[in-house]
Amino acid sequence: MSATISLIFIGVAVLFIIGIKFLSSPKTARIGNLVAAAGMLIALFALHTPDGISVWTAGWTLNYTLITIGIVIGLVIGAIGAYSVKMTAMPQMVALFNGLGGGAAALVASLEFLRGVQGRNTVTAFITVPMLFATLIGSLSFSGSIIAYLKLQGKFEKPITFPGQNILNGFILLLILALCGWLAFNATIPVAATGFIVMFSLALFFGIAMVMPIGGADMPVVISLLNSFTGLAVAADGFAINNTAMVVAGTLVGSSGTLLTLLMCKAMNRPVTNVLFGAFGSAGGSKAVAGAVAGTVKPVQADEAALLLAYAQRVVVVPGYGMAVAQAQHQVRELSDELGKHGVEVQFAIHPVAGRMPGHMNVLLAEANVPYDQLVEMDQINPSMDRVDVCLVIGANDVVNPAAREEKSSPIYGMPIIEADRCKSTIVMKRSMAAGFAGIENHLFYKDNTRMLFGDAKNSLQALITAVKEN
Amino acid sequence: MDTNIIFIFILSIFVGFEVISKVPSMLHTPLMSGTNAIHGIILFGGILVLADASSLLAQGLGFVAVIFGSANVVGGFMVTDRMLQMFKKKK
Repeated sequence: MSATISLIFIGVAVLFIIGIKFLSSPKTARIGNLVAAAGMLIALFALHTPDGISVWTAGWTLNYTLITIGIVIGLVIGAIGAYSVKMTAMPQMVALFNGLGGGAAALVASLEFLRGVQGRNTVTAFITVPMLFATLIGSLSFSGSIIAYLKLQGKFEKPITFPGQNILNGFILLLILALCGWLAFNATIPVAATGFIVMFSLALFFGIAMVMPIGGADMPVVISLLNSFTGLAVAADGFAINNTAMVVAGTLVGSSGTLLTLLMCKAMNRPVTNVLFGAFGSAGGSKAVAGAVAGTVKPVQADEAALLLAYAQRVVVVPGYGMAVAQAQHQVRELSDELGKHGVEVQFAIHPVAGRMPGHMNVLLAEANVPYDQLVEMDQINPSMDRVDVCLVIGANDVVNPAAREEKSSPIYGMPIIEADRCKSTIVMKRSMAAGFAGIENHLFYKDNTRMLFGDAKNSLQALITAVKEN
Repeated sequence: MDTNIIFIFILSIFVGFEVISKVPSMLHTPLMSGTNAIHGIILFGGILVLADASSLLAQGLGFVAVIFGSANVVGGFMVTDRMLQMFKKKK
C-alpha cells in the first residue's frame, strides 16, 4: 500500500472519530453524522486490495458488475427503508440495518474461511480465530436483530421463557465455542466445511435464543449491544482480510457501543446482566406484585379533564409510548399551545427511556415543533413535582410507576421514575387498564388524586383541545 | 499478520470509550444509529471478497454481503440524519 493511500486512511479514521464525537453533542450531532458519512465515501473510493491494487481500476469483470449491482440494490433498499419509516418505527429500522451489517460480516468471514478450507489461502490460527469470531458474532447479531425488530413490531413482545433456559443457552454457547476451537486449528481439512456450517447455524439459533427471553421494553439495550457486537465482528473481519479501515471503524463502534449500552442500563438503573438474563417480569415476581393494589380506578370525561387543565397554573406533560403509537405528538403540541393561551405554564417531562428508545420522545416532540426549552429532563423536573397542579400522563406507564420507589419486590424497583404521583392531581390517558411493557400493575392509577381518561391518545387529545377552546 | 494492526486495534478501543464519555440521553438513539452506519464499512469486506470470488456459491454469498453492507451504510446514515433533523432548534 502506498504512503498516499495510508495517509488517506488515517484521515478517514480521524473523520470517523470526529463524527462520533460530534454525534454525542446536540449542537453538532447532525454535522457529525455527515462527517462520518464523508469518511465512508472517501474510504470507498480509496479502497484497495491487500496487495495494494485499487479496487476501482483493476478492470471490469463479471464480479465488478456484481459489486456495482449489489451496491445499487443496497443503496435503494437503505434509502427507501430510511425515508419511508415512520418516526415511531425508527428503533426497528436501526435494528434491521444492524442485522444486515451483522449478516454481511458473517458472510464475509464465511467466504474467507471456506476459501481456506479449499486450500486457496494460507491459514494459521491468527487468521482463523478472527474469521470464526466474526462469523459467530456477526450471525448472532443478524438473527438477534431480526428478533428485536419483530419484538418492536409487536410480534411476541412478551418475554418467552422456560425453566433452565439460561442453562440451555449456556450449553449451546459452549458447544459453539468448542466447535470454533476445533475449527481454528483444523481449517484446512475438507470436513471443516461441514463443521463450519454447523457452527454458523448454531450461532444463528443462539442469536434467536438470546433475544427471545428479553421483554420488548429492554430492546433498546439489546439493539445497542448487538450494534457493538456487529462492530467487533467487522473489526475481526478487518483482521482476517488485513484491512485497517475496517479494524478501526469496527473497533470504534464496538467500544463506543459497549459504553453506550452501559449508559442506557444506567439510565434504567439496572445492571446489564439483569437485562440479558433476568427475563424481566417472568415467573413468580410479577404475580406477587399484581395482588397488592389498593384503591379504585376513577375514570374521567374529556370535558372535566379539560377544566382541570385550563384552570391550572402549572401543567407537566409526561409522554410515553402510547403517544408514539397514536402519532399524537402534533395534538399534544396543539393542546400545549391552547393551554398557553389560557396562561397555563406547560412543561414536558422526558424520561430517558420513555418509548422504545432513549430519546424517542425528544425526537417526536421536536417533530411536532415543541420548543426545546419546554422539554425538561427527569432529574430537573422531579424536585418541583409537588408544585405541579396537573400532571398529564399520555400513554406512559412504567416510567411513572411509583412501585419503582416503593416496592422492593417489584421488577422495576430502583429504576428512576418521573414522580407523577407527587403532583396535586394526575390525569392518565390510556387505552385500557392493560399493564405496561414490564407487565406489572401501576399504583399511580389507583391513587385518590388520579383520574383516568380512557381512549386512543389522539382522539382524547382532540376532545381535550376542543373542550379547552370552549373554556 | 501485521502487528501494527494490533496496535491500531488496542488504541481504537480506548478512543471509542473516551469519545462518548459524556452523552445526554436524548442523543443515545441517534448515536447508536450513527455508529450503526459506521460499521457498515463491512461493505468493503463484501467488495473485496466478491472481487476475487470464483465459484458460483462465493459469488452469490459475496453479492448478498455487498447488498447487506451497502444497505447498512446508506440506510444507517440516512436514518440518523432524519432523526437529527428533528432536533433543529426553534427560532
